[in-house]
Amino acid sequence: MQKNNIEIRVCMGTGGIASGGAEVLDAFRREIESSGIRASVRENCSTHRVGCRGLCAKDVLVDVAIDDEKVTYQYIKPDMVSRIVKEHVLENTPVTEWTVGEEYHNFHKKQVKVVLSDCGRLDPESIDDYIAADGYEAARNVFTSWTPEQVIAEMKASGLRGRGGAGFPTGTKWELARANVNDDKYIVCNADEGDPGAFMDRAVIEGNPHSVIEGMLIGAFAIGSKKGYVYIRAEYPLAVDRLRLAIREATERGFLGKKIFGSELDFEIAVKLGAGAFVCGEETALIASIEGQRGMPRSKPPFPVNKGLWQKPTVINNVETLANIPYIMRKGATWFASYGTEKSKGTKVFALTGKIMNTGLIEVPMGITLQEIIYDIGGGIEGGKKLKAVQTGGPSGGCIPADMLDLNVDYESLAKVGSIVGSGGMIVLNEDDCMVNMAKYFIQFTQEESCGKCVPCRVGTKRLLEIMERVTTGQGKESDLELLEALSASIKVTSLCGLGQTAPNPVLSTLKYFREEFEAHIRDKKCPAKVCKELIIYSVIEDACKGCGACLRACPAGAITGEKKKPHRIDPEICIRCGACFDVCKFKSVGRD
Amino acid sequence: MVKITIDGRPIEVTESTTILQAAKLLNISIPTLCHHPKLTPFGGCRLCIVEVKGMPKPVTACTTTVSNGMEVTTYSPYLEELRKTVLELILSDHPNDCMVCEQAGSCKLQDLAYDYGIRENRYEGERRIYPNRDGNPFIERDLEKCILCGRCVKVCDEVQGVEAIDFGYRGFRSKICTNYEEDLECEFCGQCVSVCPTGALTGKQWKKKGRKGGQVEVETTCPYCGTGCNITAHVKENEILKITSKEQTWNEGWLCVKGRFGYRFVQSPERLKRPLIKRNGKFEEASWDEALDHVARRLSEIKEKHGADSIGGLSSARCTNEENYAFQKLIRAGIGTNNVDHCARL
Ligand SMILES: Cc1cc2nc3c(=O)[nH]c(=O)nc-3n(C[C@H](O)[C@H](O)[C@H](O)COP(=O)(O)O)c2cc1C
Ligand code: SF4
Ligand code: SF4
Ligand code: SF4
Ligand code: FES
Repeated sequence: MQKNNIEIRVCMGTGGIASGGAEVLDAFRREIESSGIRASVRENCSTHRVGCRGLCAKDVLVDVAIDDEKVTYQYIKPDMVSRIVKEHVLENTPVTEWTVGEEYHNFHKKQVKVVLSDCGRLDPESIDDYIAADGYEAARNVFTSWTPEQVIAEMKASGLRGRGGAGFPTGTKWELARANVNDDKYIVCNADEGDPGAFMDRAVIEGNPHSVIEGMLIGAFAIGSKKGYVYIRAEYPLAVDRLRLAIREATERGFLGKKIFGSELDFEIAVKLGAGAFVCGEETALIASIEGQRGMPRSKPPFPVNKGLWQKPTVINNVETLANIPYIMRKGATWFASYGTEKSKGTKVFALTGKIMNTGLIEVPMGITLQEIIYDIGGGIEGGKKLKAVQTGGPSGGCIPADMLDLNVDYESLAKVGSIVGSGGMIVLNEDDCMVNMAKYFIQFTQEESCGKCVPCRVGTKRLLEIMERVTTGQGKESDLELLEALSASIKVTSLCGLGQTAPNPVLSTLKYFREEFEAHIRDKKCPAKVCKELIIYSVIEDACKGCGACLRACPAGAITGEKKKPHRIDPEICIRCGACFDVCKFKSVGRD
Repeated sequence: MVKITIDGRPIEVTESTTILQAAKLLNISIPTLCHHPKLTPFGGCRLCIVEVKGMPKPVTACTTTVSNGMEVTTYSPYLEELRKTVLELILSDHPNDCMVCEQAGSCKLQDLAYDYGIRENRYEGERRIYPNRDGNPFIERDLEKCILCGRCVKVCDEVQGVEAIDFGYRGFRSKICTNYEEDLECEFCGQCVSVCPTGALTGKQWKKKGRKGGQVEVETTCPYCGTGCNITAHVKENEILKITSKEQTWNEGWLCVKGRFGYRFVQSPERLKRPLIKRNGKFEEASWDEALDHVARRLSEIKEKHGADSIGGLSSARCTNEENYAFQKLIRAGIGTNNVDHCARL
């Protein structure tokens, strides 16, 4: 009998591993090895560990592909494995009750995967997998038959812009570095990824580290660099391990090292671990950090392409930017430029989080509408609630109100409404989210992460935070709104680096679109979304209270008194507003106002 | 050379000149706090912002180098408003201590607050509180008054090469720290004290000895070594209160621990002012003639009796080159021995 080709792929990104991916993979291997199953499927069955495919909420995700027929399972635990092997692998009848549902397919339908195309397909710990999928072909081509000028022209034609936040055209950056004649030039991959909630770059390195290395190789060829660095945060241990392994393997194959692909060119890559400072993602701070200094930005110019690492011309590119490059060189600039809008080409990876059904990592063509992202890919708002806003760009970005859903997601359109694409954070907010509180959260983040060098950012964001704290605790004054605006405007123009220059954005954009929420906090001392604790009053609705005493027992502060079968009472002076009574009351007799 | 205009006035300067340096050549003063002409630019205080035609927003004059055709404006209501906000922010985190501060009268922050008439502050809020004081004998570090201009860090690194202090922590908690935040343990050159624009770093020795009023400045030369740094003695009622050095001296205003802090011997009651000769086991004051005769006689006797090589001479780094030359001549040619050495050789 003709044996089929069977591939089992287990998701083993950080999300997959956290859900038990390693155990599931082990279970598959054991099951197949044991009890003679191996013999019956013979050598045609292979098990693979693969990177994240985006929908971590449904981990552990497992693909079983028999020839080209792929079935995906969700929420797999080790004890489910033997049945899958028995029924599906051996008898070719998928266990339909465990397979993914419609939302998994919808989640992927409108996505276009370039950077993530091999994540979830290839084993990130095997260079052979990458090579089998045409990996390093683009680099080989470039090294053996292109000129640096041609590579730069191709990059410019593709329209690729930096994915690290600022959106600077990559080809132009390379051209500027190329023009600087110097024996020593550096190419640095920025894998600091400090935005709270962002994990695009982590997923790329965990899922396909070789694509980043190949991108760096091509970049090194274009600008004429012999040494590259990957600056990656130490909090990404799995990504660091896979990256190091990939560099080792690539070096063993001669893709890194001396006389690459038979050329006269050398290139090596060193890994530098960052200690988790958001500001170290800023390029001049990153340079200082690699040099062993405190990560503090300096004024530009001079720009890194002129005076960067060790004062030499340096190109700094984001992980996602670099991971795009092998695909662009393989399939051509025209192919890449066919995705996206006039000025924003290609695709962008977003970390879709918040009050959305399908949280996870998505890759979409630039220019897709918010509507499509939230409803078609994201599956709509959690719990059937009302969408309130979408926050993009993290602490440097802003919010987009629900009535702008037909907005295209690209650099220009988001900037026009006061937000940014940024590095790709996308937080969906619904009616239960307090916009003032959200803005306060981001200001708190930037304040804590400010490097302390310049006054407007170090002290100014502290004062912004204090005003926001006043507002959310009911101590806001009418004049605070103007003060917020005036101070924000000053911080934006006088801060030294991008951190301070963009720090007020979350405040400004919520003030712009949700001013009435600020006013409710200040004038009525009310938080419309019932998030700001100090503004909530819990009280027992006497008519509805059955006097069961559940709330009294649940209250950790001893704020509730009352006799059995008689209406209870909450002392607002003692109440710490934890909401335990509200949650525990079966008769909905605790009011929250 | 590059041609630019500042406030409408043209000037030609070299390419590496900053806007701030060019403005200085035109006698246009731009407010600064973190800048120090002898240290690399920092760009932290943001007070020196100026407008450059064609640039989307103000740039800092201390860090921006000129380029051809640049049109710079250093004063406008907009710039002044921004500067005022920055000052308000600095002062919102600064103790209101001028009444008792050592630095009052020579404090750059105080001067600027005066210039900008800052009394009310729109941005009152939490202040940093550091109750612990540094136990070292020379330098008072009152970091609540520190504005994090970074000048001390730079002088310690770039001029002194010691790197005893650096920025620590992040955000509002940022602070100039010693190693492990222990007491300062360094050369105590006091260079950091000399560049600190505020009362954050002052000398313990001149604490409560009076501020500027009633002092006279006496220009002199440091007596400690042959380098001969120019120093300024701040004298009140015939007592030296402190030593500083001016930027335009040949030593650029830099001093070491001895020159800056080692001046109190001048007033010491134990200081030797006349020669002493030991007679009957007791030192007695003598005139210079008596003393020199005594030395010459005894040296001749010793040489006569035991030979020239029984005598040796040890000279001092506190002498000038010329004095040291004369001394070795005396020992070699006058006494006739090569037994001559110098304390700095140790
Ligand atoms: C405060 C701050 C944090 C940043 N963090 C990151 C980061 O984590 N990763 C990143 O790629 N770029 C980050 N950037 C942007 C980088 O400075 C730089 O523009 C980018 O790495 C350039 O690469 P690209 O052109 O490929 O986008 C940050 C910028 C600022 C101001
Ligand atoms: S803006 Fe903030 S992070 Fe940037 S240099 Fe200033 S203090 Fe540091
Ligand atoms: S006294 Fe001198 S060595 Fe010590 S911290 Fe200050 S500058 Fe550095
Ligand atoms: S101690 Fe003085 S010189 Fe040092 S950073 Fe603070 S204010 Fe500047
Ligand atoms: S003097 Fe230029 S920023 Fe401080």
